[in-house]
Amino acid sequence: MSPYYYLVLSAALFTIGAVGVLVRRNAIVVFMCVELMLNAVNLTLVTFSRINGSLDGQIMAFFVMTVAAAEVVVGLAIITSIFRTRRSASVDDANLLKY
Amino acid sequence: MHEVLLAAGPLRHGTVPLGEAIAFWVLGPIALAGAIGMVLLRNAVHSALSLVATMGCLGAFYLIQQGPFLGLVQIIVYTGAIMILFLFVLMIVGRDASDSLVETLRGQRWAAALLGVGFALLVAIGIGRAVSPVTPTDLNSPNAGGNNVHSIAALLFTRYLFAFELTSALLIVAAVGAMVLAHVEREGPRPSQKRLARERIRSGRPQPLPGPGVLSQHNAIGTPALLPDGSVARESVMVGSMESQEERQALPTPSAGEGGFE
Repeated sequence: MSPYYYLVLSAALFTIGAVGVLVRRNAIVVFMCVELMLNAVNLTLVTFSRINGSLDGQIMAFFVMTVAAAEVVVGLAIITSIFRTRRSASVDDANLLKY
Repeated sequence: MHEVLLAAGPLRHGTVPLGEAIAFWVLGPIALAGAIGMVLLRNAVHSALSLVATMGCLGAFYLIQQGPFLGLVQIIVYTGAIMILFLFVLMIVGRDASDSLVETLRGQRWAAALLGVGFALLVAIGIGRAVSPVTPTDLNSPNAGGNNVHSIAALLFTRYLFAFELTSALLIVAAVGAMVLAHVEREGPRPSQKRLARERIRSGRPQPLPGPGVLSQHNAIGTPALLPDGSVARESVMVGSMESQEERQALPTPSAGEGGFE
């Protein structure tokens, strides 16, 4: 088995995440799908880091994790504040910037 | 040590060792099933749990791909912190946790599925064309001399030092931003116990609202309590958890078999 199978798996995970973002309505589930896409990219980075014999890919995956953590914190705070004002976490309901 | 435990090892002529191949074929389907389950499961808490399974499998992949530091960080940060945060917010948002089945855009699901298949083909062709002439090496020389953690630290604090500092600034900004967004300003002074008691007596209902009781099957705030004869206690539904008066009126009246006396 060659390490390229990891890339295939990561492509499949990324595609599933992208389809989930398009299909699901709950904002939190949409967010989880975005996380899945970030994770798939991380798997690609780690695999390429191994294939190329250099650790830079792992460093990049580390930075992606940090940025993902920051993104999740702010995004979930936005979702809770939207839920507090309009009692809904559906992405269809929040169609106005004001009120 | 971890090479022995996790069957991670150097690539031989571009192929992974047998133990790693077995681990991949066991964990890979679990990761895929978790991802598919996350998209397909109706309940958001179930989605979060299947995503935890996927992320755990990815952490194991990092471990066996000669990245023990990243694998442990994945398990600690993603499954330990981020998914717990997701679950906390799901508990706060609670009632709206399940998706609505109403399709606002006609044919959106089919279009999304088509797009997904097309994208998968595109990526597969890209990978096939990009990697075929490359002979894979491995991380033995960067990981040698100490270990993976030392090598990553050496890179992180020399070549990537500026990005590392920027990350710390980003994390501080994110924490402050989350605090500002989630903070609720109290309007007026905190109500005293005396005032609360007076309001309660004057409200015409001094006794507490009926609890879910032994006859109901759920204790979610959107589920009404059942009275001993099997009918719905309307006072038990929290104000605000029902969107409108019509929705309150449309509460299900349980049939003879549901929760009532047999």
